[in-house]
Amino acid sequence: MERAPFITKQMTFGEKSLSAVFVALAIAAAFIATRAYTPAYAFHAALFSLGSVGAVVAIFLRYRARDAAPAPLTIDGRPNYNYGPIKFASIAALFWGVAGFVVGLYIALELAYPALNFDLPWINFGRLRPLHTSAVIFAFGGNVLLATSFYVMQRTSRARIAGDLAPWFVILGYNFFIVIAGTGYLLGVTRGHEYAEPEWYAILWLVIVWVTYLLIYLFTLARRTEPHIYVANWFYLSFIVTIAVLVLGNNTEIPISVFSPKSVIVWAGVQDAMIQWWYGHNAVGFFLTTGFLGIMYYFIPKRTGRPIYSYRLSIVHFWSLIFLYIWAGPHHLHYTALPDWAQTLGMVFSVVLWMPSWGGMINGLMTLSGAWDKLRTDPVLRMLVVSVAFYGMSTFEGPLMSVKAVNSLSHYTDWGIGHVHSGSLGWVAFVSFGALYCLIPWAFNKRLYSLKLVNWHFWISTIGIVFYITSMWVAGIMQGLMWRAYTPQGFLEYSFVETTEALHPEYVIRAIGGGLFVIGALIMVYNIWRTLASPAVEPAQDVAASPMPAE
Amino acid sequence: MSQSSQHAPAGGGLQKILETNSILLIVGILLLVSVGGVVEIVPLFYLKNTIEKVEGVRPYSPLELAGYNIYVREGCYTCHSQMIRPLRDEVERYGHYSLAAESMYDHPFQWGSKRTGPDLARVGGKYSNDWQRDHLRNPRAVVPPSIMPGYAFLSQTPLKAEHIEEQMKTLRVVGVPYTDEQIENAQADLLAQASPDAPGGAEMQKRYPNAALADSPSKSGVTEEDALVAYLQHLGVSVDFKIYDDKANVR
Repeated sequence: MERAPFITKQMTFGEKSLSAVFVALAIAAAFIATRAYTPAYAFHAALFSLGSVGAVVAIFLRYRARDAAPAPLTIDGRPNYNYGPIKFASIAALFWGVAGFVVGLYIALELAYPALNFDLPWINFGRLRPLHTSAVIFAFGGNVLLATSFYVMQRTSRARIAGDLAPWFVILGYNFFIVIAGTGYLLGVTRGHEYAEPEWYAILWLVIVWVTYLLIYLFTLARRTEPHIYVANWFYLSFIVTIAVLVLGNNTEIPISVFSPKSVIVWAGVQDAMIQWWYGHNAVGFFLTTGFLGIMYYFIPKRTGRPIYSYRLSIVHFWSLIFLYIWAGPHHLHYTALPDWAQTLGMVFSVVLWMPSWGGMINGLMTLSGAWDKLRTDPVLRMLVVSVAFYGMSTFEGPLMSVKAVNSLSHYTDWGIGHVHSGSLGWVAFVSFGALYCLIPWAFNKRLYSLKLVNWHFWISTIGIVFYITSMWVAGIMQGLMWRAYTPQGFLEYSFVETTEALHPEYVIRAIGGGLFVIGALIMVYNIWRTLASPAVEPAQDVAASPMPAE
Repeated sequence: MSQSSQHAPAGGGLQKILETNSILLIVGILLLVSVGGVVEIVPLFYLKNTIEKVEGVRPYSPLELAGYNIYVREGCYTCHSQMIRPLRDEVERYGHYSLAAESMYDHPFQWGSKRTGPDLARVGGKYSNDWQRDHLRNPRAVVPPSIMPGYAFLSQTPLKAEHIEEQMKTLRVVGVPYTDEQIENAQADLLAQASPDAPGGAEMQKRYPNAALADSPSKSGVTEEDALVAYLQHLGVSVDFKIYDDKANVR
């Protein structure tokens, strides 16, 4: 590689070795692509190869453009925060969010109007549904978690994020995983485990990315100038560590060949079911709950300018939440061939889980003590606070549905779908929107274009959620009751398809609710676009890096 | 400003140690999240009564296995369960409640979590092959209010199963009792089950009792639809519930 003789600029060890790794990966993937058993796998191997070439080029171009010295850790005694990867992930979150919501709307319409499947393989409900769930949970939610955690870990540690290439590797590598997973579903590459559909090679890649993510977190915390690790970080760490354990447990699989996308999971039948829902419920518990509680614990205090309501409560509810959540998985398997003792454990712990869940809600809501008036003037804060209220609602509904008597009615029906969406739209998406409305202006040094548009986003989306969850309550309870209805003569009253027919109006109302939610998200995209197009503002005074603790 | 040095360690000394040391913090997290999983999962592998003792459950034939792969690929599990609960209405609607043994060779399990369409755990033998084909090609031609997507493309897609032996071998590694003979004859068995005029139907059925034969010769080679129908016709037919003793397997 050419360089002027007088400059002492050199490629770092990281730049050299990562380039070498990517060159090797590019060659190996190209070789696999030529021998792949299926076109979909050849396509993915080619993507891996091209992506690796792209990574080498990017590393080189970045090297050409950068200063000879590495970025300083501090400037004038202040931490030199690294916001580049955060900016990328926050915009990627918006992109994937809108994509995931639109796919969700489309499959909602497919259920109301099945002609929309067009009898094509790539867009039938069975293939689009995993695309929707993965896009909203792992692509949208995942990028929000990456962006906010990279921000929170730096600000609460008062230290620049560890690693030079590593943060970019995590952000870009994770988004590459999303592309592989999503295109795989459309092409029929799936493991057939709900919320864990990506095949072995995508998971292998994800594990490398995830371990890097954890190391970045730990090394950044090691640089911290604050003696204590702020509470938001406990939640982020439990999310990272536990998701790693869950993914490894639920992806214990053997590829049938290195040239085939197909793998065989070691577990079968009832054990596979238990492990899947141990994974599945704790993807809810640790991806969609503790990760986003980390967001709550940073952004609500920051936005209100008030300390967390109770430090003591945060300790109690953190440890009890993570201990109890893991047990709740079997409530997805009530009355199945899973042994009764496991079902009973799942039910009991799910009911107990209500308490630490509400501990978190109380801590979030009560942080507004003395600042409730801000709800009237700040729609971003309103979004954050309403998300916590939805969290409280769905963590009450969840234990209720995990009681076996209730579950015998609700299971297999749309009540479950409604419950999931009150949590995912009301809690996860709203807390994400609120955090992004804060984070994007902070990271890009801009002023948010319009609070009025945030207000519109808030109300349109809230009405959409209400349409969604109420229609699914009606649909689920109605279908559950119709399945078990008997005539006076003792015959089943309804055939299955009569219950399907009865759901049509609810499916249409649900799609309207989803449509409103999409409109809200598009308003947000416009608002953010105008924000980014606006001139930069003076960097905010470096106010307290982390929220004040409670006394 | 030091945000946290001023607050008392409300959780006592232990909390102070944990929240000032990131490694101990993640060790603590790992310990706590391990308990529930270990208690709920590990016994399922050694408690003998987890999987009932039954006669008749066998590994899938090569054609059924290919059909199972298509069932997984198309995401059928997103709308159809394969798990009948022991509730009066379900047993009357679908048949005997599902046993753990019936999915003991399913890697992955396909119990599902949602019934947008009916349960399929015992759909095998309920309808003719022709009905299944018509229904897959155009669900609304057979069941007018159905909201299922049409799968006509399966009948036009030749089945690619040249690597099915590799899947059977891998399944054997994880405990599915495929014999050498079954693996050696996989391609022949697949053809024999898909087209009744191909030789070897009797041997195939000896290796895979209860396997449903296609009732019409496939004109343009074996299609994905043939495989999926063979799989569906095998669902729930393994155990003979006339002789199965519920009480012997109370858990």
